[in-house]
Amino acid sequence: MKSINLTINGKKISKEVEDYTLLSTFIRENLNLTGTHIGCDTSQCGACVVHVDGKSMKSCALLAADVNGAKVTTIEGLADNGKLHPMQEAFKKHHGLQCGYCTPGMVMSAVDLLKNKKNPSDKEIREWLEGNICRCTGYQNIVAAVKDAASKM
Amino acid sequence: MAASMIGSKVERKEDKKFLTGKGRYTADITLANQTFAYFIRSPHARAKIKNIDTSKAKKASGVIDVLTAKELNEDKIGGLIAGWKIVSKDGTDMKIPPHPALASDSVNYVGDHVALVVAETLQQARDAAELVKVDYKVLKAVVNTGDAMNSESIHDGIDKNLSFDWELGDKAKTDEAFSSADKIVKMTLTNNRLVPNAMEPRASIGDFNPSSEELTLYTTSQNPHLSRLVMSAFNAIHPEHKFRIVAPDVGGGFGSKIYPYAEDVVVAWAAKRLQRPVKWVCERTDSFLSDCHGRDHITNCELAIKNDGTVTGLKVDTIANLGGYASLFATVTPTYLYGPLVLGLYNIASAYCNVKAVYTNTAPVDAYRGAGRPEATYMIERLMDKAAKEMGMDRAEFRKKNFIRQFPHQQCLVHNIDSGDYEAHFNKALELSDYSNFEKRKAESAAKGKLRGIGFSTYIEACGIAPSAAVMSLGAGVGLWESAEIRFNATGNISVMTGTHSHGQSHDTTFAQIVADKLGVPMENIDLVHGDTDKGPFGMGTYGSRSLAVGGTAIAKACDKIVEKGKKVAAHMLEANPDEIEFKDGEFIVPNSNKKKTIGEIAFACYLPGTYGEIKSPLPEGVEPGLKETAFYDPVNFSFPAGSHVCEVEVDPTTGETKVDTYTCVDDFGNLINPMIVEGQIHGGLAQGIGQALYENAYYDETGQLVTASYMDYTMPRADNFPEFRIDYTCTPATSNPLGVKGCGEAGAIASPPAVMNAVIDAIGTEVSMPATSEKVWKALKDKSDTKKKAA
Amino acid sequence: MKAFNFHEVKSVKEATKLASNKSTFLAGGMTLIPSMKMRLSSFSDVIDIKEIKELYGIKVKGKSVIIGANTKHADVAASKEVRKAVHSLAGLAEGIGDPQVRNCGTLGGSISNNDPTACYPSACIALDATIHTSSRKVDAENFFTGMFETSLKKGELVTAVEFQIPEKSCYIKFPNPASRYAMVGVYIAKFKKEVRCAVTGAQSVVYRCKEIEKALNNNFSESALDSVSLKSSNLNSDIHASAEYRASLIVSCAQKAVAGSK
Repeated sequence: MKSINLTINGKKISKEVEDYTLLSTFIRENLNLTGTHIGCDTSQCGACVVHVDGKSMKSCALLAADVNGAKVTTIEGLADNGKLHPMQEAFKKHHGLQCGYCTPGMVMSAVDLLKNKKNPSDKEIREWLEGNICRCTGYQNIVAAVKDAASKM
Repeated sequence: MAASMIGSKVERKEDKKFLTGKGRYTADITLANQTFAYFIRSPHARAKIKNIDTSKAKKASGVIDVLTAKELNEDKIGGLIAGWKIVSKDGTDMKIPPHPALASDSVNYVGDHVALVVAETLQQARDAAELVKVDYKVLKAVVNTGDAMNSESIHDGIDKNLSFDWELGDKAKTDEAFSSADKIVKMTLTNNRLVPNAMEPRASIGDFNPSSEELTLYTTSQNPHLSRLVMSAFNAIHPEHKFRIVAPDVGGGFGSKIYPYAEDVVVAWAAKRLQRPVKWVCERTDSFLSDCHGRDHITNCELAIKNDGTVTGLKVDTIANLGGYASLFATVTPTYLYGPLVLGLYNIASAYCNVKAVYTNTAPVDAYRGAGRPEATYMIERLMDKAAKEMGMDRAEFRKKNFIRQFPHQQCLVHNIDSGDYEAHFNKALELSDYSNFEKRKAESAAKGKLRGIGFSTYIEACGIAPSAAVMSLGAGVGLWESAEIRFNATGNISVMTGTHSHGQSHDTTFAQIVADKLGVPMENIDLVHGDTDKGPFGMGTYGSRSLAVGGTAIAKACDKIVEKGKKVAAHMLEANPDEIEFKDGEFIVPNSNKKKTIGEIAFACYLPGTYGEIKSPLPEGVEPGLKETAFYDPVNFSFPAGSHVCEVEVDPTTGETKVDTYTCVDDFGNLINPMIVEGQIHGGLAQGIGQALYENAYYDETGQLVTASYMDYTMPRADNFPEFRIDYTCTPATSNPLGVKGCGEAGAIASPPAVMNAVIDAIGTEVSMPATSEKVWKALKDKSDTKKKAA
Repeated sequence: MKAFNFHEVKSVKEATKLASNKSTFLAGGMTLIPSMKMRLSSFSDVIDIKEIKELYGIKVKGKSVIIGANTKHADVAASKEVRKAVHSLAGLAEGIGDPQVRNCGTLGGSISNNDPTACYPSACIALDATIHTSSRKVDAENFFTGMFETSLKKGELVTAVEFQIPEKSCYIKFPNPASRYAMVGVYIAKFKKEVRCAVTGAQSVVYRCKEIEKALNNNFSESALDSVSLKSSNLNSDIHASAEYRASLIVSCAQKAVAGSK
């Protein structure tokens, strides 16, 4: 067992977990933050993307013990006191989601893109989203949402 | 409420929860005292089970039980069923092998269910699964669709692995058309096998309450009522009135979550047997192996054509792969959802379609977005393209020449098409895609060393499968009507119960738009309830683009009943005659007076009769209290969406790499409730259809191992695979339902494969099969140039 | 995944001391964790080397670029020094996996794993790299020994890679459409005395393509490769690409790499 201390969505927490616990499992099962989803077992679909110390990462490919001491932000921590993040607003406005399953990872990845590039082109957005698979939207409205969010952030 | 909600681009009611991580999918549910389940699956495509030794696993740490067919039989749990009976052309019924929920003596595909380990933690269940010893006698697998009829029977008593040999159409008349044809054009096509890949893997949680004796199954279903019916009536797990199925938020379905799976049956039964909640969540690799796959046809087809370009006859001969067993809707998909559609939107006087369905040692194949209609459209549109080229006619003109022009139109096979204007959307698509300047763009591509091609596809689909009596006469195990209930609360807000299920389709929003318009109640006061058999009336779920045309109409009808009752109550309260009351924008009005009541006031009065202000008894004699109406709607006919799509591709001849450069579609879905949502449905369908054409392929090797069992090998389309799609509409409202809607969920996936493939073939000037991967395109170009060199 | 003991270490010495026959080092974990998760591999001990500070960093020194083993792909891609010294190396890092993989995956992890379809091994070969380990320095050509195999001994840890700076270079990847790993990746580096061409994705392990090198040594131009026809008999063949197709892709990637060299 390992003792994990980290800041999750601004809140400091401390838990004991098995050494082999994945960060995604820790978030979903130990912290009951089920917005982080699991869509594959090869770490390719991106439904589990969270921010670790400000960078987007796949929580299903990290050990909880490995991010001890880090600041982790999940989809639940993105809105500010109930006010949606501009990226969340843009996804809503542009119908960038349908079944909602890939959405948390997609949004977290897109937010990280805008940290790296202020005004990405369509091509840059599409290339950045390589690690996020969506089966519903055909991606077009996601691209529109990211562009719109970029103009507002 | 003056502005109409129907037709408006309303933002989705369901978005906030999904965007903030508050969606609640099956895997998100945790029950007190729950156990975890792990399925042991067959690693072999075909084998006899000689023995299953669970003794070691049962003793492993944390293990509660290991269940096999033995325990399943003890409890007399029935097998999975095929829900649509097909009769062969010789009059015999289709042949269906037993499909036990846990394999008893044989396994028939890699991933077939053999045993269930239930433990205190998932880790323990997985560890213990490695201790279960299954002794198999491995047999030679039958894998290939085309070879199945010439191979050893995989199921006892099913000769040639043939489930049925079905026909549709007038063979003699069609033969006559071919004998008098000026030109006959033939081709052989493969429709590749696909894995649906909803992003949420399947999951089930069974929970038995020993006090109420109620069994609850939380599951990833498009169709909870039908699942309950099947699991009660055929699997005999639990009586229907004590059995509740909840399909909470479901992360996409595309057909793959219509049917109850072996896992649902076993998990529900295990929870009852072990008297503890049992939770199972599928891993993606197991999804690849055990979710029902889609398509997998081999087709020979031919057209009879007159010199002027009139198509007079069509012959279609298809072998459809059912996989290891016949899944719930597997038999209707390549027959009634396929055969009647082979004519496309053309006026062809004679047609004959023969479908042979075969068993192979592969995952069961069932409905996948479009179900039968993409296969039909791919066949006819590839064939029309080839025919135009062989006739030396422009591909666009050849199509136009053969379009149906008069409506209603009785096709020579089955359908009576109520409305459409095919030339209108085709011309609009040509214009929007700038067809007239294609040659210029082709030259520009050539200057960059690229090959450019353009492809067309027109399609018609039959949605909202109906009427019930007709489909049941064709073998359906159930009618395909839909239910709705409008339940006003005393405070004026509304719960709308529907028997359809939303797993991305946005019903919470579109159905609320219908109710808002019909009843004049603000959107925020309308809540859609679906996916829980305890809450709403029996319904038939969501698939086949039926929810709006059938379910939406049921809602509209229930709204009409509310208004009818409201008029009686309002008339009584306003001391007027019910016949003279008008209902508009949420108000019951006595014309030419200032007397009116809002629908909220009426609802209040209905629930609290006798206490409303001065009025002692607001309800007229003979009117029951309460304001709740149910409607069951059985459509009179299918609806027939249609459209025209144009695709341009660019091919790098050095590598074969093919990119969709532009994609244009003009669709006729009848009236649109929410254009933003319709657009989203088109985008998603296109991505899946383009995926089928260029990327996706479920590939089994000769031993029956699924080689493409993860995203490492199965190409899921990503954002950078697509251009921005150009979308427009034409509108001829459906006459078969009062909303005039036709359905839009599957169109993109139906129309796009032939549009893309016709473009690829136009670019490279030679045939290639789906998916047109870089290698296949490169090889086709190489073979073409080698042949030329040889000839020279 | 199967249970294991997790160890976090702060120095190379500590890491190598803890290593055993049943242990593994954990760097970015982008291949290791998924493979353990799917129970394709298991270890009794997982030694996390992320906290070893000395394994980070990028230095340009004379004619070489030295990159610490723990340096993430995203950091190499974003490094102005790397981009200035060997443009193609930053470009290669920018194309590995997806942004999330690049935020975690490391140079040392990639080459120690030596996936036959990974990108970095081709850079090591083409840029005549020297692999620095906890106990020695190895020429890249003696480092990659076979499919998922290297000359690393038990407990030996890659600490840095020293790449030689070429006159010009370019890496072109033709990705597997599903995994996006290299179906074929060709790295061409033109040095004063020779042209080196490394190919990944095409055989069980990265290799130098002598035919292409010979043609380009004579004449460093795209057209010099027009007449090069590679044997396919020794190339990989799978459901995504036959050996014959790979042979053709190597040449077309090489031509694109020559055209894109800078």
